[in-house]
Amino acid sequence: MFAYIVRRLLYAIPILIGVNLLTFTLFFVVNSPDDMAASQLGDKYVTPEAIENWKQKNGYDKPLFLNPDVAGLARLTDTIFFDKSVRLFAFDFGRSESGRDITTDVASRMWPSLAVALPTFLVGIGVNICVALMVVMFHGTRLDRGAVFLFVALMSISYLFYIIGGQFLVAKTWRLVPISGFHAEGQVWKFLILPVLVGVVAGIGAGARWYRTLFLEEANQDYVRTARAKGCSELTILFRHILPNALIPILTGVVVLIPSLFMGSLLIESFFGIPGLGSYMLDAINSQDFAIVRSMVFIGSILYILGLLLTDISYTWADPRVRLS
Amino acid sequence: MNAPKQQQTAGSICMRVSDLTVVLAESGEPIVKGVSFELRAGHIFALVGESGSGKSVTSLAAMRLLPDALKISAGSVDVEGADLFALSEARMQEIRGRKVAMIFQNAMSALNPVQTVGNQVAETLKLHTPLRGAALRNRVIQLFTEVGIPDPDQRFGFFPHQLSGGQQQRVMIAMALACEPDVLIADEPTTALDVTIQLQVLNLIRELTRTRQLAVLLITHDMGVVRNTADEVAVMYRGELIERASVDQFFHDPQQAYSRKLIDALPDLEHFRAAAAEEPLLVLKDVKVHFPIRKGLLQRTVDYTRAVDGVSLAIGRGETFALVGESGSGKSTLGRAILNLEEIAGGEILFRGEPIQGIGRSAMLPYRKQIQVIFQNPFSSMNPRMTVGDIIAEGMISLGLALTEDARNARIHELLARVQLGAEHARRYPHEFSGGQLQRIAIARALAVDPELIICDEPTSALDVSIRAEVLELLAELQREFGVSYLFITHDLSIVPTLAHKVGVMQLGKLMEQGTAEQILTAPQHPYTQALLAAVPRLED
Amino acid sequence: MKPVVLWSDALIYLLVIALAFFFYRLRKDPQTRERWAEVFSSRLGMVAFTVIAAYIMVALLDSLHFRRALENPEGVAVEEVFYDNKVTSVFDLLTGGMGERFERTYSAPFALISFEKENLKDAAGKDIRDYPPLRHAGQHLADPSQRGADVLGKTFTALFWGLLLSALLIGPQWLLLRRSRYPWHASWLTQGSIICSGVWMVSLSRYYHILGTDLGGTDVLYQSLKGIRTGVLLGTLATLIMLPIAVTLGVMAGYFKGWVDDVVQYLYTTLSSIPGILLIAASVLLFQVYIDLNPDFFAVGMEKADAKFIALCFILGVTSWSTLCRLIRAETLKISQLGYVQAAHAFGVSHTRILARHVLPNVVHIILITFVLEFSALVLAEAVLSYIGVGVDPSMGSWGNMINGARSELSREPAVWWTLTGAFFFMFALVLAANLFSDLVRDAFDPRTSLRRVEA
Repeated sequence: MFAYIVRRLLYAIPILIGVNLLTFTLFFVVNSPDDMAASQLGDKYVTPEAIENWKQKNGYDKPLFLNPDVAGLARLTDTIFFDKSVRLFAFDFGRSESGRDITTDVASRMWPSLAVALPTFLVGIGVNICVALMVVMFHGTRLDRGAVFLFVALMSISYLFYIIGGQFLVAKTWRLVPISGFHAEGQVWKFLILPVLVGVVAGIGAGARWYRTLFLEEANQDYVRTARAKGCSELTILFRHILPNALIPILTGVVVLIPSLFMGSLLIESFFGIPGLGSYMLDAINSQDFAIVRSMVFIGSILYILGLLLTDISYTWADPRVRLS
Repeated sequence: MNAPKQQQTAGSICMRVSDLTVVLAESGEPIVKGVSFELRAGHIFALVGESGSGKSVTSLAAMRLLPDALKISAGSVDVEGADLFALSEARMQEIRGRKVAMIFQNAMSALNPVQTVGNQVAETLKLHTPLRGAALRNRVIQLFTEVGIPDPDQRFGFFPHQLSGGQQQRVMIAMALACEPDVLIADEPTTALDVTIQLQVLNLIRELTRTRQLAVLLITHDMGVVRNTADEVAVMYRGELIERASVDQFFHDPQQAYSRKLIDALPDLEHFRAAAAEEPLLVLKDVKVHFPIRKGLLQRTVDYTRAVDGVSLAIGRGETFALVGESGSGKSTLGRAILNLEEIAGGEILFRGEPIQGIGRSAMLPYRKQIQVIFQNPFSSMNPRMTVGDIIAEGMISLGLALTEDARNARIHELLARVQLGAEHARRYPHEFSGGQLQRIAIARALAVDPELIICDEPTSALDVSIRAEVLELLAELQREFGVSYLFITHDLSIVPTLAHKVGVMQLGKLMEQGTAEQILTAPQHPYTQALLAAVPRLED
Repeated sequence: MKPVVLWSDALIYLLVIALAFFFYRLRKDPQTRERWAEVFSSRLGMVAFTVIAAYIMVALLDSLHFRRALENPEGVAVEEVFYDNKVTSVFDLLTGGMGERFERTYSAPFALISFEKENLKDAAGKDIRDYPPLRHAGQHLADPSQRGADVLGKTFTALFWGLLLSALLIGPQWLLLRRSRYPWHASWLTQGSIICSGVWMVSLSRYYHILGTDLGGTDVLYQSLKGIRTGVLLGTLATLIMLPIAVTLGVMAGYFKGWVDDVVQYLYTTLSSIPGILLIAASVLLFQVYIDLNPDFFAVGMEKADAKFIALCFILGVTSWSTLCRLIRAETLKISQLGYVQAAHAFGVSHTRILARHVLPNVVHIILITFVLEFSALVLAEAVLSYIGVGVDPSMGSWGNMINGARSELSREPAVWWTLTGAFFFMFALVLAANLFSDLVRDAFDPRTSLRRVEA
């Protein structure tokens, strides 16, 4: 088990290097720092001097991979690649193009993101499982078919409409909670209810439908017939036999998302004005702040790899048949 | 529960199935047509038939466990004077497991994979008895002991996958017997097991029938199992009971032609094939196939699974060599190694005196014409998206035979006719054929390139008994006609006498014993061969 | 008139031809036919398919572009013909100039007056603040109070023509297919209602703005209709770009195993570990920078928008192949263990031939299921991307752009609901039809589900 985890962590290194190379290529080779300067400065102010100034200010005035002007190891370290990419491995994200320290920003914005994403995630799974179980109990009836159609219809509505509709109904028409905003002190929950609610409702269609399929898949297994032959009631079969088995794919399917909860949700956060990492990314995209985008790509990759590892570990915990080696 | 239960008197009727009819819910097409029989205490009633004959549906209907697509349209099942079909679902749940219990074919999938076996048996007891806590556990352990599970106290906390196939089936039996039911329905309880284990499980069921005065409904397709275990037999064919008799009477004087056919499929251990020519075609010298076991941080190869561990044998021209062994013995791996589909760790493979092990893809091509293969599962060995004609033509094209299209088509028609199929079948797709027909097409495909050796990897084990005989007969005919040699890989010793000149018995990658079919089947030397042979059903005990 | 062929126009027609060819080839395979028959033997499948087909038809008509010849100014006779800088499509013609009737700003559906007050002069020439009348709505009415009756009357006329047109179009189908075992009547009913509502929309839009106008005064119904092409094209082209990458890599990894497998696995793990939205956003922004710095490449504004659109399809395709690749790799691994591939090896069939004849045809169902599933996902993604600001060009009509422009309209007093409603309805109908259809396709083609049905 321990050896397995260590091996998986070692395997993460080439992947992170790959991610880094890819983003570096995207940001510095496809578009040279000159191009970036030109577009940041705007058409009117593009002069060679202005570009040089901008590059110097933002630390893009070095060669990409190899610096022939200096000696020794500095040939490799005194380059854009080292400054902008290799340093990420030490979690040194540097400064954004507007001059703010990215590490501090990330550390402080992580928590509001989590405050929205975690309840959404947990409540969502709970609600989806309950809804799916109810539907499965009526399997084969009209209710079941109607519910499946409803799930598909819910899935077909854009996430944006859930947010806009939720804000319009709950906050504007019924005036139950504030439309948006976030205050760390006092009544945080007031600001969290609506985003969480919207997140959960938006996920019901796809989630409940998926869980329903998983439950039905298990319901077709031989051991369910055995349980029936023993004299178990249908409810006992559903809760004591089908549910524990279906939890394995459910668990392993959602565990991969847990670390990424820190990243928050782009849409929810921007609509509800929550100062988390999601809105941070959106702002960075809108202001074309590539330093932030690059850092967030790196963090996102790490969290995803962590999620994969957690998935494997959760397998051994949920399924007695699986042993990691 | 510990109070002695009122014993059923031997021979009293415990379950009476009358005029049972099951139809497809949608189309109303009948699957089981008016079947009647009764189960008596202390008796084993065997229901025999091939796949699709409706025997499993009959048993599921008796328990009211039919899938949604099937419906009981008429008949009754009486247990202690009550008609099971008239009961409410809640009452029925009290009957299941309590009065009538059931065991299934594949114990591995029939047990809940995430619950310990002890808890699964305990669940039945909890449902029907007031036993709880330590008493409950003790009772489960007692049951485990009764069905012969070693170390029952420790095994209580095991998950199904930690037990062997035989032990899993024993757990199923313990679960079924937990509440001391009157009736036990066993649906192919030994089909998924190796022959030696099969015998142990059947003996257990027979013993429990006597000691507990159980009424057993044994569903099987295997006439050997019937012969060795049952008291009474009923043959089911296309949803109907066509013959019913006591075992002795049935085997000595079957009334129906179909029954006759089933009995004829039993091995004849008296007549053997004389050894063929001694000129060796294929010689294996100390062949080894190893699969690496990787461990640790860097996934270094620390050891090998020795799938084939030094096998030497020789197959003569026009001769059949039967390679017998249980699952996991390495016999199929050996077959694949000869075909150069598996890398060899050591030894030599000589075909007509020339070494062919480890040669490249293109160097192997000339030998591909001479060594062909027929696989176990006819349904997966044909590409579902190609016509039968294309399937047979594939080898001819890639190996450069019959270059013109006309010549190729003529050859395909000739081959199809040889395996008793029509020329019009060439344009059809595999899913339109039955298993037996597909296996004949597989034979035609192998013959298309005029091979000298065909490796038959369990070609009949996916087929029903009556069809099995036809395919084996076809293979024997082709051998007489074309002088082709067979390496016949099988787990079933009983088909060997009609088929093989020589026999090799494989266990754990090693060839335990080899010799002529007569030697091996009449005077086996190795204890493993003896055990295998003991499990073979015979007509005359 | 001078035809204009945009890159996306060419690609979508190419795609249609390729698909037609693909199905023509498949027609021989009985299993595939059986499964399609299963999809189409359900009424729901027929309806969903008809709706999707209608959307695709609109998208195709909207992909036939041309530039109008400008009339020579009065009295000037020149040999040379000048063309309008604006690119029009055949679909624009069919809508009867719905997109050319602009108002000053917002107006509600079927309204006769603007939504906002303006400084006007009354009959006496005094300055007053009131709702000005619309330029293109209710001009034919003598009195605003006749509006209800007028709308009703025109609806009946439109319905009459609609039914007549439906009869003309459905009649021949009925003659050909009436004995078919498929529930064509469900499709005909859907076709009829689509045709009728189409005729109704076009004929009423001459007199009213059926769905009102937006902030810039553009007809909302027209915008919603223009969103169809964007949605359909994005949904198909992006998948089309992703397919060859995913299939090639997946099949190679599953068949050759060893180091090929390691490399492919590494590639897709790396790619999928990057948060998708960031990768897409970054790529789109970088392309944007490229366009901004090289403005001379594109003759008309539309071509620039089109280049951006193709780039978006490309980016979505290149960043999303990992899921399909994983599925195909797993399936190929399974297939290479099967008897028929083993038998092919035993016959010395070459790798290329095994891949082409045995492996590829047997993973087609996965490709198909993914294609249909991805379609609706991409249509939904377009809205989100446009909202974030990395979607299609604002000059190109799309539902995402409509939502993005109208995101705060509901919080106005009174709320402006029609833009969002228009985008919602047209998008929902397409995505719902696609989702329902993909469910049926998956049920029919996924061996796991079809197996279950056989056993039951």
